[in-house]
Amino acid sequence: MEEKQKKQRIGVYICHCGGNISDYVDVEQLRDIVGQEENVAVSKNVMFACADSNQKEMIKDIQEKHLDGIVVASCSPKLHLHTFRGVAERAGLNPYNYVQVNVREQCSWAHSDHPDQASYKAAGLIRAGIRRVSSSEALTNIEVKATKSVVVIGAGLAGMRASIDLARMGNQVVLVEKEPVAGGQMAGKGPVFPTNQKGQELVNTLLGEIRKLPKITLFTSATVDKVTGSIGNFKVDIKVNGTPGEVMSFPAGAILVTTGYESYIPKEGEYGFTEGGRVITMKEFEKMVDSSNSSLSYKGKPVKTIAYIYCVGMRQTKGENKYCSRSCCTAAIHSSIMVHEKFKGIKAFHLYRDIRTYGKNEILYEKSSRLGDTFLMYQEKEPPSVVQGKNIVNVKIKDSLTKKRELELDADLVVLVTGMVPRNDSQDIANKLKIPIGNDKFFNEIHPKLRPVETVINWVFLGGSCQGPKNITESVQSAMAASAKINAIIRKDTLELEPIVARIDAEACTWCGKCQEVCEYDAIFQIETNGKVVASVNDPVCKGCGICAPICPADAIDIAQYTNAEIEGMIDGFSQQVDLNIEKGKSGQEGDAGGMKDFPQIWKSIMENLSEEPKTIPQIAAGIQQPSELVTWHLMTMNKYYIVESAGIDDNDEYFLYKLKNQAK
Amino acid sequence: METKKSPRILVFSTDKISDPGIDQAGLRKIHYSPTVYTISLPCSSGIKPRWVMRAFEQGFDGVFIAADGHECSYSSRCPEFTNKIIEECQKQMTEKGISPKRIRMAAICSVCAEPFASHMANFTKILAELS
Ligand SMILES: Cc1cc2nc3c(=O)[nH]c(=O)nc-3n(C[C@H](O)[C@H](O)[C@H](O)COP(=O)(O)OP(=O)(O)OC[C@H]3O[C@@H](n4cnc5c(N)ncnc54)[C@H](O)[C@@H]3O)c2cc1C
Ligand code: SF4
Ligand code: SF4
Ligand code: SF4
Repeated sequence: MEEKQKKQRIGVYICHCGGNISDYVDVEQLRDIVGQEENVAVSKNVMFACADSNQKEMIKDIQEKHLDGIVVASCSPKLHLHTFRGVAERAGLNPYNYVQVNVREQCSWAHSDHPDQASYKAAGLIRAGIRRVSSSEALTNIEVKATKSVVVIGAGLAGMRASIDLARMGNQVVLVEKEPVAGGQMAGKGPVFPTNQKGQELVNTLLGEIRKLPKITLFTSATVDKVTGSIGNFKVDIKVNGTPGEVMSFPAGAILVTTGYESYIPKEGEYGFTEGGRVITMKEFEKMVDSSNSSLSYKGKPVKTIAYIYCVGMRQTKGENKYCSRSCCTAAIHSSIMVHEKFKGIKAFHLYRDIRTYGKNEILYEKSSRLGDTFLMYQEKEPPSVVQGKNIVNVKIKDSLTKKRELELDADLVVLVTGMVPRNDSQDIANKLKIPIGNDKFFNEIHPKLRPVETVINWVFLGGSCQGPKNITESVQSAMAASAKINAIIRKDTLELEPIVARIDAEACTWCGKCQEVCEYDAIFQIETNGKVVASVNDPVCKGCGICAPICPADAIDIAQYTNAEIEGMIDGFSQQVDLNIEKGKSGQEGDAGGMKDFPQIWKSIMENLSEEPKTIPQIAAGIQQPSELVTWHLMTMNKYYIVESAGIDDNDEYFLYKLKNQAK
Repeated sequence: METKKSPRILVFSTDKISDPGIDQAGLRKIHYSPTVYTISLPCSSGIKPRWVMRAFEQGFDGVFIAADGHECSYSSRCPEFTNKIIEECQKQMTEKGISPKRIRMAAICSVCAEPFASHMANFTKILAELS
């Protein structure tokens, strides 16, 4: 690959980190040695590189001394990469002409047992950083124009709710539903907890709103055939059943997946479940209760005694579905209450493992107990036995609440409380959108707490119960969160993405197609330049994983920031000879092994000071007689490493309190 | 200069998973040889054999790939790709008379501090025996 112009005026900042680095690494000598390098214009030591005052000084240096690249040798880039990229940017230097060198986590701390050698290693690391920055390129973020339309896949309550929100915020919406009717699991359903409204009524309400919104186009009996294009500008091909060969294409700035779940179907013989028997699933039972009027009967015989068996197909420590389905306890108890309210003289037995009527639904549990329902507890290892007789089902349970006494009852009907499982066909959507499926086979968000509706594929979002078991409220909440998130993104005209992507050297490429074969994101396509067919990268789609690079027989591919020049430069930098004047064992402690015992003294003082109760920074500073600025910097690092955590704000609403992690307030 | 030289190891780690694991080792002062140098990449399947060969040319005694294994967020085929790269490296190494034992791989997770340090200790021992 072509040789790029190397940087000539590099600034190097080597951080003491208040002793965290300088206790072990001879930062002053390194500063002097590095300062002699030909292309280094500034070489400095700083007490805290991340401190505001130093950031200002760096900006001044960059501007006054016309620096063309900077290296900060300090903590792990995981902590401050963006801080210093920001510094570069504010000074008018391209943020990608900055390299952070990790001389703390991967040097001074890791080798605090060998401080003499830590300095040698640090020299190598810093020189590698200098070489890397000298070959670095000024990169610009990738700008993407977003189409203001969204394709929503799945018209259950979640998908319908999100479509309405998105349309009201001014976006075009195409809502695609596989079934002939919208509503998902709530289509045709009777009263649901907690409001007792009929499921179908909820569906009707949302459908009514959809009809009033011309921005929404709803396709039923339709599926997604293919997804092409890239972030911000997807093209979604939709196939409608019954119109053979007809595929319609829609542009989409973002895609929302709300494909929901499936009800668990018991295996033949599971708790006596057979075709046409007196053991039925929750779904069938709900339908039967809703459609019966004056009396409840099953197969011509009145139903007087019902046994509900909970957690069927769920919470299997050894089986496939390890999770709790969340809604089924409440659904079963709610149905039982419905039954008592509709029909007289019915006895109900609930054979459960744990009752999870969490939140406000606990009231339903209490109510069903008051109505006289009997609750019997079984253990996963000893499930109830169910034997079907002619008109009766015999159920035996070892009741955990009465020292596993075996109890026996004859029921007219056994209801298997079956929960929510991932859809059988979800792999198909996962493949088309390249979104990951978790071990539980539901779709995976990036982070369940911090980024709960985004997927690793930019601008493909999740909502509702396709992410895992959720009740209606929770499904709708996540769908609304996703629509707000989508709107926030596509309402902007352009968006910026990090430019860490693959680039192809058209001169070297001979189009063999190998890179295209391995790219799982379809980021590589064929183009013709100067009469030659070569590979090219669709930047917004490329993840910058680099998998295509070693595959190329012509070495025509590199990843921005990880070019041959940069990586090989680092290897050379590690290997450069260095002569340091270091007395062996001059500083640091020898032979310490793990644990907290050789954290910097100031950390130990802070930890001791916090051992009694949470304190504010001024209190800690006074307690250990150190300047509060110093305490602040150390506390920030300790916080990042979960040694301390914030404990709310003090009584005057003035300062944050800090406490040791895992210490009660 | 350093007195007795312990084997120099180049580690390729990954930004999101194994590099944080290596950071953890430092944070918890779980020590390993100070002649271990790390380069962090997006994914271990992006390592070019020419980089590995450059390391040997520059006097590194061993190359260790701290991979994400099945945790890789880019590709479920990551272990397969990384393995292929190692095979290619070993081919080139053999041609140059470098023992194929001088390249190793292990999955290192984001909290794998002790495993990383013990891999380094092991590899250091193996490399010392080789030379
Ligand atoms: C037995 C039982 C009882 C319950 N009772 C209650 C209750 O009383 N109260 C309560 O709050 N919650 C209850 N729940 C939970 C409730 O059913 C769900 O929270 C809710 O239905 C989830 O809505 P959704 O839109 O996410 O999914 P779904 O209702 O499953 O909708 C998904 C839609 O996407 C469609 N779809 C799927 N794949 C595709 C595709 N590839 N292309 C196009 N379309 C597709 C489906 O056909 C479906 O219409 C119960 C759950 C169970 C198991
Ligand atoms: S909600 Fe209740 S019945 Fe459903 S899996 Fe969880 S504990 Fe079992
Ligand atoms: S692998 Fe290399 S030579 Fe082959 S098409 Fe891709 S860039 Fe071109
Ligand atoms: S870097 Fe990864 S995502 Fe980008 S083109 Fe190469 S293989 Fe595809």
